[in-house]
Amino acid sequence: MSVPHAVLGLLQQGPRHGYDLKRLVDRYFAPDHPVAFAQIYSTLARLEGRGRVRLDGVEQAEGPERRRYAITDEGVSELDRWIGSPLHPEPHLQAALFTKVVLAILTRRPVAPIVDAERHAHLERMRELTALRRTASLPVGLLADYALFHLEADLRWLDLTAARVEDLRRDVLEPRETSR
Amino acid sequence: MTLATLSVPNAVDGTVPRPAILAATDLHKRFGGTHALRGIDFRLLAGEIVAVMGPSGSGKSTLLHCLAGILRPDTGSVTFDGQRIDDLGEAERSRLRRTAFGFVFQFGQLVPELTALENVALPLLLGNTRRHDAEGRAADSLAALGLLGLEHRRPGDMSGGQAQRVAVARALVTEPAVIFADEPTGSLDSLAGEQVMELLTAAVGSSGTGVVIVTHEPRVAAYAHREVIVRDGRASGPGAA
Repeated sequence: MSVPHAVLGLLQQGPRHGYDLKRLVDRYFAPDHPVAFAQIYSTLARLEGRGRVRLDGVEQAEGPERRRYAITDEGVSELDRWIGSPLHPEPHLQAALFTKVVLAILTRRPVAPIVDAERHAHLERMRELTALRRTASLPVGLLADYALFHLEADLRWLDLTAARVEDLRRDVLEPRETSR
Repeated sequence: MTLATLSVPNAVDGTVPRPAILAATDLHKRFGGTHALRGIDFRLLAGEIVAVMGPSGSGKSTLLHCLAGILRPDTGSVTFDGQRIDDLGEAERSRLRRTAFGFVFQFGQLVPELTALENVALPLLLGNTRRHDAEGRAADSLAALGLLGLEHRRPGDMSGGQAQRVAVARALVTEPAVIFADEPTGSLDSLAGEQVMELLTAAVGSSGTGVVIVTHEPRVAAYAHREVIVRDGRASGPGAA
């Protein structure tokens, strides 16, 4: 998962505090291994340093002060760029692909072009590996096969996701919780 | 060795302009209330291998059948070698399928009573080639598919992979301009499927034969030069023509 892009996507929905961001990142992207608070705050500091988020307000109620962040135009552009660019296809991409699809739904971007672009990039890489296998030694060929099967698994997951995107959209956008 | 070092130049040379041997424009096809094709454009260059992918029921087999002259589209046009074929009569389309096209289906569809040699010779005999010549060419085609020694076996006495290679030999024996393959490895295990695809792509590689492969298997699509995604009767994706 790319925590900076997950944070940008959640901020595109509206300004949020670090605490809310941590809770939502865990809920949507890392339900089985929660992200540390420190990672959220350090990510926000880096994004602020790069002009992708800005401080939107500071609230001082009981307890520590709470800083609220908002996405900037530059942050939206970065999110557009990241979601729209196919990842370099290598095995074990599911987490990043999953983040992209959920972010696209959360920020109401169309999912089909993302899936098509990722599928195309995967098939291009699989073509290279298939061509390589024809001339490679058996050990290298088997290594190529290993990569081909894993890339194929990613593609099957993408196809399943594309088929279930409307269900996923309902599930992700259902307002079971609202930010504080 | 890491995966990042597994890299070769793209097998497709997209810089050489080649004519489209097969082209379809704005194809529509309905079956009762089902709108199977909703305005698909398609192009196949000589020597090009194109994979048609998409979910079940998306219209990919209907597209293949319209391109191959098996079905007539309701509207739109299909041209082969510069000539409209969608408005030809059944007899002319049948002749075209026999002489210019080759077919490979998921389950081979070999004639069970005939030997491998007789199955492969069949399209030539139907085209009035003399039996002696037809069987000679069929034997060559079987040998090219690695089936030397199996000429006199019947489909029931062969493995699924061998039978499918006989089906590929039969598709190639008439030296067709286009081969249409519908899930050609769908009934095979990974190794047998790989052999079929290696032999099919090697056989067409030097001949200029174009290939349209309908498949849901990414590893099969990876043998193609590009992919066309069919979804809800429309073509999409960066590989679409």
